[in-house]
Amino acid sequence: MTQNYYGWGLPIDISTHGAGIDKLIWIVHIAMVLLFVGWLLFFVYTLIRFRERPNHKAEHHGKHFKLPTYVEILVAAFEVFLLLAFAMPLWNQAKNQMPPDDKALHIRVIAQQFAWNIHYPGKDGIFGKTSPNLMDSSNPVGLDSSDAAAKDDVVTINQLNIPVNTPVIVKLSSKDVIHSFTLPVMRVKQDVIPGQSIPVWFQATQTGDFEIACAQLCGLGHYRMRGFFNVQTQEDFNKWLQEQAPK
Amino acid sequence: MSDHSHKELPFWRKYIFSVDHKVIGIQYAVTGLLFLFFGFCLVMLIRWQLAYPGQELPFIGSWFPETQMIGGIMLPEFYYQLGAMHGTIMVFLGVVPLAVGGFGNYVVPLQIGAPDMAFPKLNMMSYWLYFIGGVLMLASFFVPGGSAQSGWTSYPPLSVIAAGGQTWWLIGMAFLINSSLLGSVNFIVTIIQLRAPGLSFNRLPFYVWAQFVTALLLLLAFPPLMAAAVLQLMDRLAGTSFFIPTGLVVNDAITHFVGGGNPILWQHLFWFLAHPEVYVLILPAMGIVAEIIACNTRKPLYGYKALVYSVCFVGFMSFVVWAHHMFLTNMGTTMSTFFQITTMIISIPSIVILTSLILSLWGGSIRFNTPMLFAIAFLPMFAIGGLTGLPLGLAAADIHLHDTYYVIGHFHYVVAPGTIFALFAGVYHWFPKATGRKMSEFLGKLHFFPSLVLMNCIFTPMLIMGLAGALRRMYDPTQYAHAQAVQPLNVFISISAFCLALAQIPFIINFFYSIFWGKKVDDNPWQATTLEWATPTPPPHGNFLKAPEVYRGPYEYSVPGQKKDFWPQDMKGAN
Repeated sequence: MTQNYYGWGLPIDISTHGAGIDKLIWIVHIAMVLLFVGWLLFFVYTLIRFRERPNHKAEHHGKHFKLPTYVEILVAAFEVFLLLAFAMPLWNQAKNQMPPDDKALHIRVIAQQFAWNIHYPGKDGIFGKTSPNLMDSSNPVGLDSSDAAAKDDVVTINQLNIPVNTPVIVKLSSKDVIHSFTLPVMRVKQDVIPGQSIPVWFQATQTGDFEIACAQLCGLGHYRMRGFFNVQTQEDFNKWLQEQAPK
Repeated sequence: MSDHSHKELPFWRKYIFSVDHKVIGIQYAVTGLLFLFFGFCLVMLIRWQLAYPGQELPFIGSWFPETQMIGGIMLPEFYYQLGAMHGTIMVFLGVVPLAVGGFGNYVVPLQIGAPDMAFPKLNMMSYWLYFIGGVLMLASFFVPGGSAQSGWTSYPPLSVIAAGGQTWWLIGMAFLINSSLLGSVNFIVTIIQLRAPGLSFNRLPFYVWAQFVTALLLLLAFPPLMAAAVLQLMDRLAGTSFFIPTGLVVNDAITHFVGGGNPILWQHLFWFLAHPEVYVLILPAMGIVAEIIACNTRKPLYGYKALVYSVCFVGFMSFVVWAHHMFLTNMGTTMSTFFQITTMIISIPSIVILTSLILSLWGGSIRFNTPMLFAIAFLPMFAIGGLTGLPLGLAAADIHLHDTYYVIGHFHYVVAPGTIFALFAGVYHWFPKATGRKMSEFLGKLHFFPSLVLMNCIFTPMLIMGLAGALRRMYDPTQYAHAQAVQPLNVFISISAFCLALAQIPFIINFFYSIFWGKKVDDNPWQATTLEWATPTPPPHGNFLKAPEVYRGPYEYSVPGQKKDFWPQDMKGAN
């Protein structure tokens, strides 16, 4: 990894859906700064103007202000705008607008302390059967070798490769504790909860070598539960998957 | 009180197992301050590791046993123990006991003109349950495997399969929960039943209102956590699986859990407490700030009624926002919409409270003494804390910001330069009532200004780190490429935190020096109007020499036509 993608601002965004999230974060912060600075100026002015000094007396019947009511209404209206224009559509997009099954690449990610097991269905496009009883260090996802669909399945550890410009659906599950599957550059973060299988989808717009992070405290090795996330061209991806296939 | 107000009590009944609300309040306050200091020490160890991961801790590194540090280099086990216990201690053993147990106990009965709390023995029991809970939490550092290390949130399954200290944590929490429940019942009954004649609800000092709503929150929010703690204890000790799904595979071995439980259930129960708990941390602080602002601007609060309605509304709403901590637990659109809307709604009364407090300054004659400095600094600091909650309350923005340093920066702005500043303000403000002496203004200012600057040097960079995606709870923050650019900020934050510790030295000196040698003051040194200043100083057991009667509202400052600029609540006739 030679290119440096990360600086002090938001990490670069290489997803098709992330622009909306970034825009929301920007708009909220601009509004917050404006509100706070305006407020702070009034605050400091008040402190100076009404400081205790000789011949200055406090007024028992203070002035009644109308402006704050308007500001409060404005803030409420702005919040409604944020909800309707950004928060709800974006959440709906993330949750309910999965790409069609036949158009997307399907991957399973099985988290464990402290690694990401990545399970590709292989050529036949069907995931082999798995069972918790078969899980051990040589078979991290518990693949059932007697199942025909399992023969061509590809399992990697901490290495998630996807093709660029292709929708990807990842089904997340966990063997042990709660993890959180995070692709910072893809604006993806989803808790991985044992006992559940949770889908997330994303689509990359450029190639590059990035990382998978775990965002939920999962034990002593939480800080080093780092995976590699490589976005490749379709040809490179096909070639890579070929190399990984069981011989 | 009648049976023991006339005879001299033995030392241990008077100062240790006391039933006097003032002694209990001071016990709570001092214990709370000690725990705040201890919690701060824990976080300084964390800050060393975050700034200089894997480097030997200078000077004191070799004092730690090999289960915590090897050759002065911190182990991940110890790092995660420090993290979990810093949160637990600051919230449950530091801030809440100081704000509610300390100030609440000391000030509320005085401000409502009562001789004591309604149930003095329950009050004593509340303190001692808290004390036992604290001892258990401290002792857990020394059990095999160390203390709790699954975060202050203790999410299962991690917490269920964690080392022994988690059991101690759960039992310790049970004591703390029951302590708070006894306290809250006591506050509610006291405020409803023991108000002085004439002190109607619309004449209550805002601080009493804040404590009243706080007590209701504690009473209603803690029982679900108590239930959850018992269930988790059963999962750990009795082989149940309330929070553990079937087929869990830990370290390549299948576990015995077969009950088909759900780890998300814990999160709902936990946050059903822990969100109202946020308001338990902030409402008493707002109450303290309101009292000090009214007194030191020499004018009534702006919009007393709006303040009271807002604080009640915030209290109610705080019960229906809890799942905004859980947006990323696979929440659908319906649920997330509901909790986003309630979260946006709760921001409005918070803005009303903040606005009223700022407008209270307008038209005043502002005295910039130490309590007032801390109280007015609370306003912009809490404003930053509140504003940064906005993006976190929007589920879509939470995708990027959840579990990053942005969250840490946000809630620390609310609690550290927010609530803790208000608590310092309260210490400086009511110290003369409890001791008869004022704290030094010079040392107070030497405490205030560096603390204000350093608090911001600590928490603003956290917001920047969070926007860059730096994740929380990382033993070694340099592991991830995306967090490397902002690593220099970690060094800056840590140095600021160490300096903040130095900035507390004037406070510690001031506190002890002033108890013995501070400037002696009369009963009402701030020329305030509320009832606590109508007692002798320090107030004797039973508080008031003559049961007070109340003739007017709490903030009658600078009333036109009066000789003095304050008109005490209990003064019959003109001033």
